[in-house]
Order: sequence, then C-alpha cells, then structure tokens
Amino acid sequence: MAANGAPTTITQGSQTRGGIGESTLRPDGTLKVTGEFAYSSDMWHEDMLWGQILRSTVAHAEIVSLDTSEALATPGVYAVMTYDDLPTDVRTYGLEIRDTPVLAHGKVRHHGEPVAVVAADHPETARRAAAKIKVEYKELPVVTDEASATAPDAVLVHENRDDHHISHVPHPNIVHRQPIVRGDAGAAAARADVIVRGDYYFGMQDQAFLGPESGLAVPAEDGGVDLYIATQWLHSDLKQIAPVLGLPEDKVRMTLSGVGGAFGGREDLSMQIHACLLAMRTGKPVKIVYNRFESFFGHVHRHPARLSYEHGATRDGKLTHMKCRIVLDGGAYASASPAVVGNASSLAVGPYAVDDVDIEALALYSNNPPCGAMRGFGAVQACFAYEAQMDKVAKELGMDPVEFRRINAMEQGTLLPTGQPVDSPAPVAELLRRVKAMPMPPERQWESSEGADVRQLPGGLSNTTHGEGVVRGVGYAVGIKNVGFSEGFDDYSTAKVRLEAVGGVPVVTVHTAMAEVGQGGVTVHAQIARTELGVTQVTIQPADTQVGSAGSTSASRQTYVTGGAVKNACELVREKVLEIGRRRFGSHHPAWATAELLLEGGKVVTDGGEVLTDLVDVLEDEAVEVEEEWRHRPTEPFDLRTGQGNGHVQYSFAAHRAVVEVDTELGLVKVVELACAQDVGKALNPLSVVGQIQGGTTQGLGIAIMEEIVVDPKTAKVQNPSFTDYLLPTILDTPTIPVDVLELADDHAPYGLRGIGEAPTLSSTPAVLAAIRNATGLTLDRTPVRPEHLTGTA
Amino acid sequence: MRVNFTVNGRPQEADDVWEGESLLYVLRERMGLPGSKNACEQGECGSCTVRLDGVPVCSCLVAAGQAEGREVVTVEGLAEFAEDRAKDRAKNGAEERAEDRTEGCSGTVRGSGGASASLDAAQRWRAHGTDSQTGEGLELAPIQQAFIDAGAVQCGFCTPGLLVAADEMLERNPDPTDADIREALSGNLCRCTGYEKIMDAVRLAAARQSEGV
Amino acid sequence: MDFLRPASWEEALAAKAEHPAAVPIAGGTDVMVEINFDHRRPEYLMDLGRIADLTEWEVGADSVRLGASVPYSRIMEHLRTELPGLALASHTVASPQIRNRGGVGGNLGTASPAGDAHPALLAAGAEVEAESVRGTRRIPIDAFYTGVKRNALEPDELIRAVHVRKADGPQQFSKVGTRNAMVIAVCAFGLALHPATRTVRTGIGSAAPTPIRATAAEEFLNAALEEGGFWDNGKTVTPSAAKQFADLCAAACNPIDDVRGTADYRRHAVGVMARRTLTWTWESYRGTRRATEGAA
Repeated sequence: MAANGAPTTITQGSQTRGGIGESTLRPDGTLKVTGEFAYSSDMWHEDMLWGQILRSTVAHAEIVSLDTSEALATPGVYAVMTYDDLPTDVRTYGLEIRDTPVLAHGKVRHHGEPVAVVAADHPETARRAAAKIKVEYKELPVVTDEASATAPDAVLVHENRDDHHISHVPHPNIVHRQPIVRGDAGAAAARADVIVRGDYYFGMQDQAFLGPESGLAVPAEDGGVDLYIATQWLHSDLKQIAPVLGLPEDKVRMTLSGVGGAFGGREDLSMQIHACLLAMRTGKPVKIVYNRFESFFGHVHRHPARLSYEHGATRDGKLTHMKCRIVLDGGAYASASPAVVGNASSLAVGPYAVDDVDIEALALYSNNPPCGAMRGFGAVQACFAYEAQMDKVAKELGMDPVEFRRINAMEQGTLLPTGQPVDSPAPVAELLRRVKAMPMPPERQWESSEGADVRQLPGGLSNTTHGEGVVRGVGYAVGIKNVGFSEGFDDYSTAKVRLEAVGGVPVVTVHTAMAEVGQGGVTVHAQIARTELGVTQVTIQPADTQVGSAGSTSASRQTYVTGGAVKNACELVREKVLEIGRRRFGSHHPAWATAELLLEGGKVVTDGGEVLTDLVDVLEDEAVEVEEEWRHRPTEPFDLRTGQGNGHVQYSFAAHRAVVEVDTELGLVKVVELACAQDVGKALNPLSVVGQIQGGTTQGLGIAIMEEIVVDPKTAKVQNPSFTDYLLPTILDTPTIPVDVLELADDHAPYGLRGIGEAPTLSSTPAVLAAIRNATGLTLDRTPVRPEHLTGTA
Repeated sequence: MRVNFTVNGRPQEADDVWEGESLLYVLRERMGLPGSKNACEQGECGSCTVRLDGVPVCSCLVAAGQAEGREVVTVEGLAEFAEDRAKDRAKNGAEERAEDRTEGCSGTVRGSGGASASLDAAQRWRAHGTDSQTGEGLELAPIQQAFIDAGAVQCGFCTPGLLVAADEMLERNPDPTDADIREALSGNLCRCTGYEKIMDAVRLAAARQSEGV
Repeated sequence: MDFLRPASWEEALAAKAEHPAAVPIAGGTDVMVEINFDHRRPEYLMDLGRIADLTEWEVGADSVRLGASVPYSRIMEHLRTELPGLALASHTVASPQIRNRGGVGGNLGTASPAGDAHPALLAAGAEVEAESVRGTRRIPIDAFYTGVKRNALEPDELIRAVHVRKADGPQQFSKVGTRNAMVIAVCAFGLALHPATRTVRTGIGSAAPTPIRATAAEEFLNAALEEGGFWDNGKTVTPSAAKQFADLCAAACNPIDDVRGTADYRRHAVGVMARRTLTWTWESYRGTRRATEGAA
C-alpha cells in the first residue's frame, strides 16, 4: 500500500529556513493575540452609519403592502430602501443561479428573508426604525419536504425558472438531479448472500463561524465604492455585487478584512450589497454587523438530507452492489445546491470498490432556510449513511466492521461510480489500520481518590451520573472527499510574486486574492515563496480585487490551487532571475551555463552546492515581478443521464476511531477520544495540518450529538436561532484528538500535497454514531442523536 | 449618558452612551478597543471576556452604566497587565494579584470613535506579516506567546476572550490539570481548532510559568 | 430608556416606588440578553451594582441570609458546607464568566422554570426577603413562583436577600442538558435530606410551568423511611421504594415538548435523577451516621 506513493523529493529550497514542511508560525498571530487584528466587524470610519436589515417573520407569503414612511421619518435615519429603490434591473444574485432577490420582490420564500434595509446614526436607531416598517403578509402554503414539493398541487417555490437545470429535472421544485448508473445493480443483487437496507436522516447544521457577517462600505469620489468585507471569494462576490449597483467591476474595490471563520457559510453574499446600496444612497460609509440571531438567517446552512441505501454482500465479505437515493433540502434559493448534488451522488458509494451501482441524488427547492456550502458538502451526508450501512452489513455477516471495510476498500486505480479511475494513492485500508492500532484511552477516567470527577463523565458539570448507567462504545468510519471544484469548472487561481532587493536584502512580496479565513493560507504562501526563491523575508500583501481571482477558500482547494499559483509564479520569477544572472555573470563562471542552478539562502548556487553569487547582486535595483494564473488539470461534467465522466481532480481520505461513554439511562454522551488518521500527500505546515484535522473532527462531533437547526415542519420557521439553543461543542465536550498524518504524494499536485480541510469532518460523525450504537445496541438512523433517541422518549 | 471607567490602567470617558449599550459596545465602538469580540451577545461564547475589577466577565452582559468607576482589563492591555503582575510578584514574593496598578503608561488611547480600529489598522497586520517570526519586538503576555507557539490561533475570533480567561485561570491555579483547564475555559467557544491546540497552549504557558521562563 | 444608579438600598426602593416598571439589573445575565436581542426595551433600567450589601452573606444559626447579588462563583466556593445543594446548582450555571456575575436574586426575579437555583432552594427550604418603601416581608419559596416567568413580588418590591435553611443533612443537585458545560437545563432536580425533621424535600426545574416540589413523592418517601425505621437503622433504601419515589417525581412533572427536549424525555430524566440523587444523598447520610457512631 505504502509503495503506491512516496513524498515528493524537493531540491530547491531544502536549505531555506521557514520553507515548506516546517511548522512555521502564523504571520498574523501576534496581531490576533493582542486584539489588533482588524476583523470586518472592527471596521470603523469617521461619520459612518449603521445598516439594519428587516427580515420576514414568515416563511412563504405575498407582500401585500410595505410602508416605510414612519421609519424614514425617524430622527437619525438616513435611508430606508426596499426592492423598488434598487438602482438597476439586476435585482437578484446567486453563486450559480441568480435566483436570490437582493430585497424581497412581492413575495418572501423563507423565514428571515431580507425585505428592507435602513441606515441610521446608531444601531439602536436603525433597529427601532426597522421595527416601524409596516409589512402586510398574505401567507402561502409552505413546501417543506419532498412530498410537499412534488405533490400534484404543489406550490412552486420559483415560478418561471429559466436556469440551465430546469430542462433535466422532473419537477420545478427540484433544483438539480444527478443519476449515476454503472454496471447492473439489479443483476448483481442476485449474487448477494445478504442485502441490507437503511433509511437515514441528516440534520441541518450551521457553520456557526464565530465572527458574524459584517463589513463596511465607503462611497468613493469617483462614484464607486470601497468594500471591506469578510468573505471566502472576493471575485465571486464582485461579479454578483457590481451589476446590482450598476457599477463596472473596477469601481467596486473590495479588500478582505479579518475573517472570523467561514466553513462554507461565507461563499454566498450576505450584507455586501445592502451595505453598498446604503453607502451609495446616503453618501456616507455604512457598517453592517449581524448579531448572532440574524447570522442564523443571514447565511446558508448544511443541507439536511434523507438517504435510502441498499447494499449487498457475499458471505466472504465482498460488496456486490449498492443502490441509493439521496434527497437534499436546498431550501428557498439554489446557492451551491447543484454542486452539493454532484458531490453526494459521485461519492455516494464512499471509499469502496463497488462495480454495480445505481445512484440518484437531488436537491429540492422548499420554503425552508436556504442551504448551500458547508465543509465537506454532499460528501458529509453520504458518508454518515454509507458508513452506517457498512457496520450493518458487517454485523449481518458476523464480520469485524474494520475487516469488512478493508476487504472492500478502494485503492489507486479503483473506478468511481462515475467511471473515473482514482489516479493517486488511496490508502483507505491503511488509514483504518493505523487508527485501529492507536492505543485505547484508559477506562473509567472519571475515578479519582476524591470520588467521581463529573467533568470526565457524560453530563459533565451538570452532575447527572457518578458512573451509573455508563457504558463505553467504540466505532470506526472512513470517508472520501473530492478536492477542488469539480464537474468541468475552470478552477484556477492567480498569484503575483515580486522579488527585489530592499536595503541589501532580498525580499519577496506575494499578492493573491485568497481569502484567509483562519486556515493558514498566508502562512503556507510565505513558506512556498521561501522554498522556491531561497529567500527568508516574505511579505504577504492584503487580499483584494487589485489582483486576479484566487477562487474560493473552500473545497479544500486553496493550498492546492493558490499554493500552486504561488509556486508557479515563484518558478517563473526564479527563471527570470537566473536569466538576468546569466546575462550579467555568465562569463564569470562556467556553471552559469552548464549546472542546474538553485536559489538558496539569498544566493545563486549550483545543485552541487557551489555559491555563484549573491541574489542581491543579480537583482541590483531591478524588481522581478510575475502575475500568472494557474489551474489544476481540467475536469468534465457528469453525464446527466448516466453520471459518467471524469468529474474530479483529487481526493482526500481520513479515518476516525471514536471512543464514547454513554449514560444509557439519561441518553447523555461523552466522547472520550476521537482518533484520526489522514493522508495529506505532503504536510506543507504540519502544525496547521493537525489543527485543521482536529477542528474538522470537532465539527463532525457537533453534528453527531448536538448541532441542529430545528425548523417547524408546519410553518418552516427556525426554532433555535441562538447559541443558547443551537449548541456547539465546548472544550468540555471535546475529547483528545490524536492525529496520525500519512504523506503519500499525489504526483499531479504541487509538492504532492492533498487538500485536507474537509475530509476529517466526514468520518468523524459516523464514527461517533457507530460508537454510540456499539455502546447502546440501538439502530440510530439520524444525526444528531439526542437524549430522546437514546432513551425511547423522542 | 456619560460613563467613566478605567481601561487597561487608563481613565476613559464615553459620552452620549445609549442606556441599553453594553460595556462591549462602548469598548469596541467608542473607545477604539475592538479586541474584545462580539460573537453572540448572550453570554454563550466568551469572545467578549474582559476582567471587571479583576473578575472575568462577558462584557456583552454588563450594561455600560454598570462599569461606571470600575477597572476593566481587555486583551489589548493583557501584556502590560501580566508584566505588572510579574513585577509585583517578584517584588512582593506574594501570590496575591496586584490590586494597585502602576501609573506611568505614556500616551492615551482615548478617542470618541475607534480610531485605532480604523482602516489603516486593517492593513497593519499584513505589514507585520513579513515573516513567521511573530512576536519580534513586541512584548506579549506568556499566555499570548503560548497561543502563537502552540498553533492555538486559527481565525482568531475566539482568541481574545480565551486569552483573558486562560490568563486569569493560571493566575489562580498555576498548575492546572487538564480537567481544570477544560472547566475554566468551558465558557469560551472556539469553532476552528477543536480545542486541542488551545489545551497545548495553556499547558505550555503553565509549564513556562513554573520554570520561570 | 433611563439608567438609574441608586447608591443605596433606600434609594433603590424609592426609585422602584416611583417607577414600578423599572427593571432591576445586577449581574445582567438575563436582562442584557433581552436588551441585546431587542426583546425588551424597559423605560428604566436600575443598576443594583452599587449596593454593596447585596453581594454579602451572613451565616446564622439556622439559615444563611444570602444577598440577592452574591455571585454563583462565591456560593460555590464559600457555602458548600452550609448550602451544598445550592452550591452544586451554582456550579452548573452557564459558564465561569456568568457565574462570576449572576446571583440567586436574578434567578428569582426572572422566575424562569429553567433557573438553576430554584430546585435547590425548594429542596433546602427558603424564604425570599422582599422589600419596598412600604416595608419588608418574607415570602416562602413554595409560594414564590406563581406562573411562567411570574413571581409573587409586588411591582414596587425588590429582592434583597434569600434566607436559605442551613443543611442538616446531605443535599444533591442534578441537571440534564445536551452539552457537558454551559447549557440551559432541559430539566433539573434537587433533593435534600433533613434528618433533623426526618423529612425529604425536592425541587424540580424545567419540567412544569414553574419550579415545583414533588410533594406526593416526598410524602411517600417520608412515610416509607419512617415506617422502615430507616433514619435510625441506616439501612439502604429498598430499590422498590427508590423506584416508587422516582416514579412519583416523574409524575409530578407537567412538561412541554420544545426545542430543548420532549415532555416524555423530561419526565423520564426527572425520574432517573430522582433515583440517583436519592441514592447519593442517602448513602452519604448512612456514611455520616456510621462515622458518627464509630466516633461515639
């Protein structure tokens, strides 16, 4: 297995301190620990106004009347805007389908949809004014699930659809549908000794980044606007914002502010257009900061999903076939739903070799909250279900669940259900082996000389058990996630790299539009520049729209794609520098013409280590600068009927072992340990890699036992938009997370690296569920699992 | 209304404060101290943790008027606070936290608006981001340095509140068990790290403290 | 909105008499949430933070006079012997930051069925010291909770202190939430043994419109303990008696289904907590008894 890949050998930069492979520290670390790092909510401007959004109180309704006069007359209020005040005919936006109104137009389609915006001199003035806007709603029936979406008399969430999916979906309330058929699942089922079916439900998760949506729009003298914003993709925002404002893109200058986490929730626009509109209307800077309540309505969530699976296997543990149907609820607007369908369907079988598959995935339009990107989308929901199935089949066969997975694990060369071969290492069995081999945490850690330490027990500080009813369970899971944008998307990034001598020292400046959301891209870019140019001092420029697009900070893609762009630009700079060197010094030493030349420690050296000259002497007062786009290998769309196609470029694999202790009487769970093994290809920054894995693992734990946005099925209204009732794991809920990092190079990727951010979120959830099943003997077909589900009181 | 209180050893005054404003809002929007973060405004995340007369509290749940005449320490003043404490301990050899803060802080930060949080501040972190050798030339509290060194900072939004809470815990309990650390920090949510590196950072700070580093 | 800053208790009472709608704020852990989330815009906000004696307590012969604003963290640290049930409950309140600010007066003033102090106060036995310019009265805790988030205070009254009976036997408190820290009660249970009077008292939180006692369960257990001579012989409570007690505690609940939990789960969980806390307190009582006898 390990022979399938080996770490890439790196010659250039191997001598440079702070290059790739080292755990260099974050360049923004000091500012973040001193409180000086300026997040989007920290922006401040002389004379600025505060924006406030009025949101719908019902999920689906016609707006019969809208009266803003009293709000507008409030002292301190500078502007109130509704749909009718939008400056151009472009009044909608959207990532792929422009179906989202900037402000509601005659109708609202979900609870919390923006209806009007207010600008005032104090947030309280703005809030009071917004409350004075009179909206009369005539409520409409709500679409809340597949049955109500596709019923013969179903209300259409969007009438007159003209997007490119409408021609192939069976109903206008279905955003996108992707079947994938390979082999003959029906015939293969006849070979099966056991057939196992299961229906699963995956709840709606919130990204719950801690820094709420916020930003500052400053009107400029040239009629344009400067926007300081927290986002995942500046250029995607720009393309959606500029036409609504009626401005050319170069008049909307966007700068990335500090981003307080993202996890997919900042892929769609939130307050960007509203702030710009108010700034242009009032001629004053406008700041908008959502509070936590509003944040729950202000961004898309993870798609809830219903998943039905059938697996067959022979007595000796070989899977014969898989059939599944995955229904994702996309809510009122499309957002990333088509891509979520693509991931869910193409990865529905998981990291297993199954030749005969019959898959269908679709996303609904409904009046539930809009759903879109969140860490691992599509693949996360599928992994929860197929891993539950793996345990079920193993149990039916009387096999060890890890052994059963090993027998069916995919390898390099295995074909995906889409017919695409996996053309890089796929160490699925090895990751499971490693995670199983880790030492088990000691039993009964709560016992101490002074009695039970409740902090180590289910229920924690709430003092619910001193050991009574507590049973330990262990569970395993493994997952596969595609890296980068798939299905034929032109997925590229742009990097501008400059090398010059400053005060006798060579200095590199790296400028990209990559959104640093906490993942550490800025750290890695500096490391790449050091490695490629042999220079210690690297400046990372602010991310803005003055440089070409970097693509999105999502899909685990930034280190691969923008990292690749930085590497590529550095290589071009190096060539240019060596060219200058040859011109200036070629006659001084024959090695200039004959040897492989490297840049190391601020000098030009031969691959034999002989120093030819100082870099600053080559550069003199010349600055060498390159701005260049870089793209990964192209992908293809999936066939709309068969799902066949080389849709993905790379995969990321992680496995987890969960150890839980369950108070079986009260249904309370303590996760004792959540061990992870992941193949990262090449760890450019090992400290950051482990940090990503532990963070992703914990988000998976959250969806396993506590995180869920609850929507009333009768009204489609959100029931728990606060941190009091939407619970995130605290440090007392989070176990130790030992991490085993495997580095098997993907030869197609820069340095052999793999995108790593999402994979740990996939397998964490099913591992915890498997452990709880192991402890309780219950079936548990939904996540999150709540105390009610463990005590028969749901 | 007008509110006067001491922040990080310096007297501060805010005018035209709306009666419903929180201490957090006044710090962030009126005093130019946006280090304390607003993430939930209901005491469920700890991002706004400051010390009020020495006690860690959620500044979002303190009405601005309640801070009148009191002493507040925010993340912006944490390094100086820790340094004074260390000096005080060295001087007195006492384990008690210094009650009297020494004067002599030069310059005032006061501003009717968040001058120090203005747009050029937004640029500054990149200007500093020239190298991985963070912390150079800047005096940090031991807990701040430990957070950087242990990789406990990702997006960093929870960091200020965690630092204030963790610093106070180590002041009370210099040799905490893991369970003690978890209990003391159970009021501070982090969404990025999974808390493991935060545990590492607090252990590191405790170890350095006990070694007198 | 006006911000009132009475410098003394007398000033506070006068202000409350003049503006009965004034909302008192001490720790701010309830009031500020409502203001921040735009759920409440009181005409007057009255800060009680300047009144020092509200944060003080006094241990008397039979009871502790606990100032309304004594923070939970102080109760946890300093009153574990006198008020063990309340100290345990205090430890489950929200987060360390909240425990540094919030006090029992706020729990009583808000009178939410989910307030963590209530079950402990009900089980221990307590009186609320309410005062207005008209005078002082003591409201028995059993008569204090009058409805969902309603209490027996008159509009001009403020809570000055709560008089909690000192423990004369073991006490326990247990609370179910779906997280291991910083969680609002799905339901909670307090139990206190009173060997001096040979009685058991209970308190249930978040499982009825108000905090309640499980009186039928108490009566059953009091009778069972008395009949079996358990207080004297120190035998283990029989599993059937413990189960009957737990069932009666569950039956005392009148819970609702909400986003935090189902009614069925709440009833079930109260039963489990009742049985466990009875076991813990009774075993502790037996242990103390044996130790006392051993010493004698």
